[in-house]
Amino acid sequence: MKTLRTIVRNNIRQYGMVIALVSIMLLFQILSGGILLKPLNITNLILQNSYILVLAVGMLLVIVAGHIDLSVGSVAAFIGAVAAIFMINMKMPFIAAMVLSLIIGGLIGAWQGFWIAYIRIPAFIVTLGGMLIFRGLTMIVLKGTSLAPFPTAFTKISSGFIPDLFNNQQYHIITILIGIILSVVYIISELRGRKTKLKYEFEVLPMKFLIVKMVIIVAAINAFCIILAGYKGIPNVLILLSLLIAIYAFITIKTVAGRHIYALGGNEKAAQLSGVMAQRVLFWVFVNMGVLSALCGLVFAARLNAATPKAGNGFELDAIAACYIGGASASGGIGTVIGAIIGGLVMGVMNNGMSLIGLGVDWQQAIKGIVLLYAVAFDIYTKSKSA
Amino acid sequence: MSKIILEMRNITKTFPGVKALDNVNLKVREGEIHALVGENGAGKSTLMKVLSGVYPYGTYTGEILFKGKKCEFKDIKQSESLGIVIIHQELALIPYLSIAENIFLGNERAKNGIIDWNETIVKTRELLKKVGLDESPNTLITEIGVGKQQLVEIAKALSKKVQLLILDEPTAALNEDDSENLLNLLLEFKKQGISSILISHKLNEVSKVADSITILRDGATIETLSVEEDNITEDRIIKGMVGRDLVDRFPKRKPNIGEVIFEVKNWNVYHPLHAERKVVDNVSFEIRRGEIVGIAGLMGSGRTELAMSIFGRSYGIKISGQIFKNGKEIFPTNVRKAIAYGIAYVTENRKEYGLILIDDIKKNTTIASLDKVSDGLIINENKEVVEVEKFRKKLNIKCSSILQKTMNLSGGNQQKVVLSKWIFTNPDILILDEPTRGIDVGAKYEIYNIINQLASEGKGILLISSELPEVLGMCDRIYVMSEGRITGQLSREEASQERIMKYVINNEGVKR
Repeated sequence: MKTLRTIVRNNIRQYGMVIALVSIMLLFQILSGGILLKPLNITNLILQNSYILVLAVGMLLVIVAGHIDLSVGSVAAFIGAVAAIFMINMKMPFIAAMVLSLIIGGLIGAWQGFWIAYIRIPAFIVTLGGMLIFRGLTMIVLKGTSLAPFPTAFTKISSGFIPDLFNNQQYHIITILIGIILSVVYIISELRGRKTKLKYEFEVLPMKFLIVKMVIIVAAINAFCIILAGYKGIPNVLILLSLLIAIYAFITIKTVAGRHIYALGGNEKAAQLSGVMAQRVLFWVFVNMGVLSALCGLVFAARLNAATPKAGNGFELDAIAACYIGGASASGGIGTVIGAIIGGLVMGVMNNGMSLIGLGVDWQQAIKGIVLLYAVAFDIYTKSKSA
Repeated sequence: MSKIILEMRNITKTFPGVKALDNVNLKVREGEIHALVGENGAGKSTLMKVLSGVYPYGTYTGEILFKGKKCEFKDIKQSESLGIVIIHQELALIPYLSIAENIFLGNERAKNGIIDWNETIVKTRELLKKVGLDESPNTLITEIGVGKQQLVEIAKALSKKVQLLILDEPTAALNEDDSENLLNLLLEFKKQGISSILISHKLNEVSKVADSITILRDGATIETLSVEEDNITEDRIIKGMVGRDLVDRFPKRKPNIGEVIFEVKNWNVYHPLHAERKVVDNVSFEIRRGEIVGIAGLMGSGRTELAMSIFGRSYGIKISGQIFKNGKEIFPTNVRKAIAYGIAYVTENRKEYGLILIDDIKKNTTIASLDKVSDGLIINENKEVVEVEKFRKKLNIKCSSILQKTMNLSGGNQQKVVLSKWIFTNPDILILDEPTRGIDVGAKYEIYNIINQLASEGKGILLISSELPEVLGMCDRIYVMSEGRITGQLSREEASQERIMKYVINNEGVKR
């Protein structure tokens, strides 16, 4: 029993976020009379939040590095507008237009990263400037109006689903198969990890706990896939998002670059004196944020099937809130990609759930604000207790 | 014989792992200038922080009597209300406020929260006159020099109806004229019946103005000398400051010294903000294989700046000079290159510059040489754990596991983590900047053993330390630095505390 308690205590912050998300989902499932977990609604939930989650992944790196980026919403809008010009006015093939848009996003990130990393202007100021600059440029590029419609192939990014080869009336078979494949891959990797750890004689989770953990996760994966299969299957954007999460989770946890970002945010001076090229790392973090802002802009434009001057309004705040709710520290050095995603989902489920039970946007805003405050307060409280 | 205004009895103050003050006693008479001297880390500043309430009642043991009454200060406000005012080494003035605003900061001349500027200005003028500062009360602090800022601090103290003025190294940053002025002011105050406690390293000043001198060493009172009764000379004070047992505090070692592996020639560094100020002045030195070379000197003598500027130009501007390793000139222009050249630098302030406190032992140990535990760009965490475990065992780091956050370790164990980090980079030259500061005696001994071990492996060690016994006990050769210059070089046989102190204090006329 003692081991269980230490396991829980050591991981309380990670599990705590998951538990919070699950309880919020259960709460709204009950309040909405079972609508929340309906296949259509879950699909909508993913489509509605995909672009914020893309931003949250990039923002997490920025926040871990000890900075902030307020410009992401405006940059997303600007890229949406530029992409519209490329595809609609210039009739460019959509793949080329997307690549070009992502490159422009990277250049915008490089521009801001230059001022922040090398000239050492606080990121808050540089990106506040960026927020105004790119909002203005969006309006100039679009001449104040919306541009629509995009080529259908492009809009499929956000509104399409993976194809089904089996043509079953009730369920999307490929989706269910993917769920099963993921489960197998997960179990194999978990067991292999355990084996190497045992080889090095490290401590591992006792087998019975590991089995409980695996059962829960496999059940969750398959339940999720079956729900999605009940509508149109896995949305394309979910594939994109999953890839991003996997890649960035890997970068932050497993690579030298990731370690350097955490070190930079934890103690810049110490990191620098240990050979971390602080300025270069910070510069690339902002380039990355620019690219992901661009991706967010494309996904959003594809979903809306239009580029509008108002696109991306307030996205930056949702992305930042997602990171903080997900356990990132405002002073840098702490935070995980998975945490930021869960934070983003907490916000998304609350939005969706409150809409379902008929709460107005006014109340939604206020309640979200309070949740943000309490999540961070709880985080600080548990940290001060553990210290 | 005037009466005693302040008495501190049996003051003991411990920090986690270190006893900073051990039964310290201090008696100050009314209307005298009482000097408090001792080496860096002897406990002078800690004692004054206890007195002024920075360390509140309850965090130390012992009692404080002020004018015969027992005092239990909870914060600085309470001690100030009795007229005990401390002026810290780093001035606590706000640069973009005026002189008048600074003087009455926290003590504003106001009615119902609305400041009476006329009264403020008038009062400020009076105070400035008393301290002999001819400046407008509306001048901003940034616009006046350090000497004048010091006077503003004193004026601020006077505004609080000061009875006991404590000055912590007031002349450290002043030139000779300003220092002279300040000391005369203290003598003037003495005539008006204000007592002062003067903390100073400059023994010539102390012997000039002080009526009594209390010497602290290793957190204990050694003696109190009275100018009237004792025949005080600087040598007498130095003897009190440094005279201690050296037996068995340092592990024995048989040096095996080889050829020169590291050489710095004509090294000059300027201050990053005050471009005209030379912080390191034409310094040359060399380190041999297996040799432990010491740099002695006071804080602020340019030792850290020298080390940091060599280590990947981490400090200063307009750096000039040459660095040679094994006879070949090298150019460690950034930290990564310095590490690649086999240079390691253990920083002076491990919490600020040495460790990422929110990260665990494992991550702190490998951060400077992640390539050693990576396959390409991907970290092999299993390999990482194995390597770090080796260090935990070898250096005897006391922790619950290598995943413990470094902020929860004691000072000695934190320093071992920093040492692990640098040993893991496999350097040829290790620069250790105050490696045992704030560490208790037992852990110090362990760290000395590690240093000796590294030297016996043929590495060159540069040991920077303010603690003279440490330098004497550990080093094969000692350079003394003062005001950015190397003022002397002593072999192990020649070296003695008195000799080093003389080089430190009388830096003129001994240039080599």
